[in-house]
Amino acid sequence: MDFSKLPAILTPDLGLLFWMLLAFAVVFFVLAKYGFPAIVGMVEERNRYIEDSLKKAHEAQERLANIEKEGESILQEARAKQAQILKEAAETRDAIVEQAQEKARAEGARLLEDARVAIDQEKKAAIADIRQQVAALSVGIAEKVLKQSLKDDKAQMDLIDRMLDDVSTDK
Amino acid sequence: MMVALLPVPALANEGGEGEELDIPEIVLEHLADSYEWHIASYQGSHISIPLPIILRSASDNPGQKWFFCTAHSLPEQFFFSEEHHGKIYERVGGEEVRPLDLSITKSVLQIWIVVAVLITVFLSCARWYKNHDAKSEAPKGFVGAMEMIVMTIHDDLIKSSIGEKHYKPYAPYLLTVFFFILTCNLIGLIPVFPGGANVTGNINITFFLAVCTMLAINLFANKEYWKEIFWPEVPLFLKAYPAPVMPLIELFGVFTKPFALMIRLFANMMAGHAVILSFTCVIFLGWSMGVGFGLGLNAFSIIMLLFMNALELLVAFVQAYVFTMLSAVFIGLAHKEHHAE
Repeated sequence: MDFSKLPAILTPDLGLLFWMLLAFAVVFFVLAKYGFPAIVGMVEERNRYIEDSLKKAHEAQERLANIEKEGESILQEARAKQAQILKEAAETRDAIVEQAQEKARAEGARLLEDARVAIDQEKKAAIADIRQQVAALSVGIAEKVLKQSLKDDKAQMDLIDRMLDDVSTDK
Repeated sequence: MMVALLPVPALANEGGEGEELDIPEIVLEHLADSYEWHIASYQGSHISIPLPIILRSASDNPGQKWFFCTAHSLPEQFFFSEEHHGKIYERVGGEEVRPLDLSITKSVLQIWIVVAVLITVFLSCARWYKNHDAKSEAPKGFVGAMEMIVMTIHDDLIKSSIGEKHYKPYAPYLLTVFFFILTCNLIGLIPVFPGGANVTGNINITFFLAVCTMLAINLFANKEYWKEIFWPEVPLFLKAYPAPVMPLIELFGVFTKPFALMIRLFANMMAGHAVILSFTCVIFLGWSMGVGFGLGLNAFSIIMLLFMNALELLVAFVQAYVFTMLSAVFIGLAHKEHHAE
């Protein structure tokens, strides 16, 4: 094929091809070995790192939320326990007061009973005493009355009858 | 953008005083490779950077085989052949033969400049990563911007086109291709010395890149890919008897895919350069037609030049992106899983 009729830029040229091959081989070797892998590798490493960090941040956030929830539940539990303890304490207090009152009431009742028993005894003793004295007085008075009215036999006899009647009706 | 007008004096004088401007010739010459890096011409004297010419003589002469020289000190047996776009030819016994020409031409130097830029940029970025902890800080400024572009290409283009499973071994190659093409395209838009050469608009370069991609596609393709080519799921008469039509078409496709890549990149970049150069030439065309025309055409050309340069910035990126994406898609196709019917 005759290339001489073609414009110069369409003419094959061995020298240019040779130098192009050499130059391209050099630039390809240098860039493929030292240029692009460094850039691409670093960028990919950075991308991985960013992705990783995002994932870790997500995890941390989740964990934080969990911790918050846990704290809340612990707080709630504590509050419930506190309420329970307070309630128990109130109950205990009430029970103690109740017991004390019960005891006091019982003691009071016992004292009253003792007092009543003592009073009864006193009263009985006093009545017995009074009875004795009344009897003695009445006997004395009766003696004096009898000495006065029983001067004759007839009166004596009436009295004895009346008395006998009384006793017999009494019986 | 006004920088685009800098090579203007050069063009003015190449046209010659009083001569007709041959715009297609000027444009093609500027798109072509050359043995020296032309910067400017002023009143007939050219300022250019001489580039080393490396030749291996095609003659059977047992004497000197290799020649190192510049365009000015070319040995007598060699000459710049006008009918072969000014390429060096050798006279061997009355015949004109092309010697093995490994000269550092303008395009070659431009490629090495691109290589140097790429290596500097990416090694400095890589050093930043080496000196910093990936887990505690992300790069800012230039390194950050490079990281963003690299990761965009790596994740959104390569990974998603080839697929999660197989992209790893291809990523460095495709990234290199992307940044090589992008840097070539962008540096080609700078009109003065460290840039301006039309590298990606030269068929040799895109051919090389396309061959690399073709190798990347086919060398590591899986069984499923080859089965789809040689024994696709079509009726038997289409793939075996009377003629293996489908396998032939598929096999043809193996070569058309990289061929399309080659032509697309070449044509886009070449066209962009050609349009910009043409509008630059229109400025001189206008002046040669008179002041009135000159002012009108210049205003028009400058606006169009600014527009084209802005457009080429976009095209520079888009073409690099498209080349990489299609390469990635083709590689992905070579690793496809057996689809369940």
